[in-house]
Amino acid sequence: MSVALNEVRSYPAKPGDVYLFGTCVLDLFDPDAGVSAASLLENSNISVHYPQDQTCCGQPAYTSGFPDAARQVAARQLHLFAENWPIVVPSGSCAGMMRHHWPRLFEDDPALGPLAASIAARVFELTEFLLHVVKATWPQTGANERVVLHTSCTARREMGTHLSARALLAQIPNVELVLQDHETECCGFGGAFSVKHPEISAAMASDKIEAIEATGAATMISADGGCLLNLNGTLEKRGSTLRGQHIASYLWQHAKDAA
Amino acid sequence: MNRPANPPMPINFHANVRRVVANPVLRASFRGAMDFLTAKRATQFPDANAFETLRAQGEQIRQYALSRLPDLLEQLETNLTRNGIQVHWAQTPDEACRLIIDIASRAGGGLVVKGKSMVSEEIELNHALEAAGISALESDMGEYIVQLAGEKPSHIIMPAIHKTKEEIARLFADKVPGVEYTNSVDELIQIGRRVLRDKFRDTRVGLSGVNVAVAETGTLCLVENEGNGRMCTTVPDVHIAITGIEKVVEKLEHVPPLMTLLTRSATGQAITTYFNWISSPRRDGEMDGPKEVHLVLLDNGRSTAYADERLRATLQCIRCGACMNHCPVYARVGGHAYGTTYPGPIGKIVSPHMLGLEATRDLVTASSLCGACGEVCPVKIPIPDLLLQLRQQSQGHSKAPQLPGAGSGHKTLQSIAYRLFAGLYSRPALYRIFGLLATRLRAFSPNQQGAWTRSRVPLRPAGHSLHERMKSRNGAKVK
Repeated sequence: MSVALNEVRSYPAKPGDVYLFGTCVLDLFDPDAGVSAASLLENSNISVHYPQDQTCCGQPAYTSGFPDAARQVAARQLHLFAENWPIVVPSGSCAGMMRHHWPRLFEDDPALGPLAASIAARVFELTEFLLHVVKATWPQTGANERVVLHTSCTARREMGTHLSARALLAQIPNVELVLQDHETECCGFGGAFSVKHPEISAAMASDKIEAIEATGAATMISADGGCLLNLNGTLEKRGSTLRGQHIASYLWQHAKDAA
Repeated sequence: MNRPANPPMPINFHANVRRVVANPVLRASFRGAMDFLTAKRATQFPDANAFETLRAQGEQIRQYALSRLPDLLEQLETNLTRNGIQVHWAQTPDEACRLIIDIASRAGGGLVVKGKSMVSEEIELNHALEAAGISALESDMGEYIVQLAGEKPSHIIMPAIHKTKEEIARLFADKVPGVEYTNSVDELIQIGRRVLRDKFRDTRVGLSGVNVAVAETGTLCLVENEGNGRMCTTVPDVHIAITGIEKVVEKLEHVPPLMTLLTRSATGQAITTYFNWISSPRRDGEMDGPKEVHLVLLDNGRSTAYADERLRATLQCIRCGACMNHCPVYARVGGHAYGTTYPGPIGKIVSPHMLGLEATRDLVTASSLCGACGEVCPVKIPIPDLLLQLRQQSQGHSKAPQLPGAGSGHKTLQSIAYRLFAGLYSRPALYRIFGLLATRLRAFSPNQQGAWTRSRVPLRPAGHSLHERMKSRNGAKVK
């Protein structure tokens, strides 16, 4: 079994427990976003379980043409989700890897194949989970704010969750979501692509940043840590004061402000 | 490793890219042109569901044709022959060039006037003709400009898209006898038209590509906007068509959905100005049309792709160019940087079976896998998935049948890096120690981090990992 791309997904009722797969990028570079994701879920009376043995979905090796290395890493994650709880991932990219590529990675393995497939069916990107399962809402808080959202390509084209991030932000009454020029275009991260083809990646990142800055929004949000590493690293190098923030951190700040 | 006898040298993609990325005029010109084409296409597919339905049909037609490819090619040959069209088979570009030179020589053609044909670019026909003492003249306006400039097409639909109006004006003034500098587009087109009209009248041999060949009727379909294709295929005594073996479909009824997808995806047109159906040479009693029609069917690696269950999907391509128009990499580096006949996303997946994986090793990695190409492909070729497949083959990690040059992307340092990655990230206890060290020693993160820090500040871990922070918390509630 494998999960079809871009299917219309039916969502379960709000559960009492979930697993959080924090992703290797947030683990080392933006743990606040991971903690915020957990807090948002807990604030809706969901118990969050964070398996301490989790490491990475294996995507860096997988997209570079090293399926065996990817399998070796992914295989270690497969046994961490024994209970039949949803697995929430604060990244469209890692969620896409787990939901769409793990079943293919283990399709020839009679033991791990079915396990990977059953896990894939339980994987939810954070914003789709908050919108469709938790049905979270935010009261009016603070001053009016213009916000620009950068959506990762995997969220947009593999997980189809770009609309859920948008819908969540649209629920916050004082937030005005502004569109950027070439909204649907990649920021140039692409994992190893960013260092294998640095000139192309840098050109894409600088165009993306110029489009974002041209909106005049003071707040930039993304639901993917990889894009943020790329965009924030480029922004800082350019001497810009703008920094992107993970959507989990942004939403959790709103929830706290409203309390 | 599986290497061809004389593997082509690896394309120097990185050097090509640096040249273009450093040229703001070229970059802006590509960006503008791609924006124009994507906007035009978007007006033709206003309804996403209707597009999905139509492209699913296109995919089915192409997949069905490929599933019966050997049979359909035989049927095509039978029916073309019955219609009086002579069929020739070429395994390699050299064979195809020799066949065409023979036909042209027999016809007494010192000049071949060409309609637009990417397959003729693929076999580098113009060079071969010149070496045999035959001139070639491109009659498609874009191709004519590129030929005058001594360049190659930078886009499969818009060959001269890399040139500004002013560059074309200067080129015409320099290269076309008796032409004054003008940057009026209308005048430039009229100049080209005048030059070409005379040639059409005088030449004995016309050459064209083929968009679809219909097996059941033995018909060749050709779409175009300038009328030069119709001139090439009807005015000279001999018409030579050339195409890849994948371009066949079974039935006439398969043509309209494919052509609807092709013209809308390529140029944002519901239909092209000219739609040519070539079904035979001039028959007895007819006043015009060529006396001979030939079709050259080229393999050049296509049967290698065909033999691989996954790479076979590359042969679904109808050459619309939408993938390059939507590609963020193509928009920044342009077509010439790829160093291949077919640039852009489709070029990355069809060039390996034509040139081998060694020559194209930097092309298969030159994608962020953003998926924009797969999203617009009118026949649903899963381009990002195929790039993944080719990356595995390039590293020598694929179980599928191997393309020439498999394993040539292998680099020892890279292999060690991924072995280390796998060793570390598959040992949770070791990984936690690594996380502890990386966060505690964050002040010692190197300032130079290779290609990453050329345009970004160095990566520096947070003070405490998410693992640590999740271990020491008891849930959060604000209401």
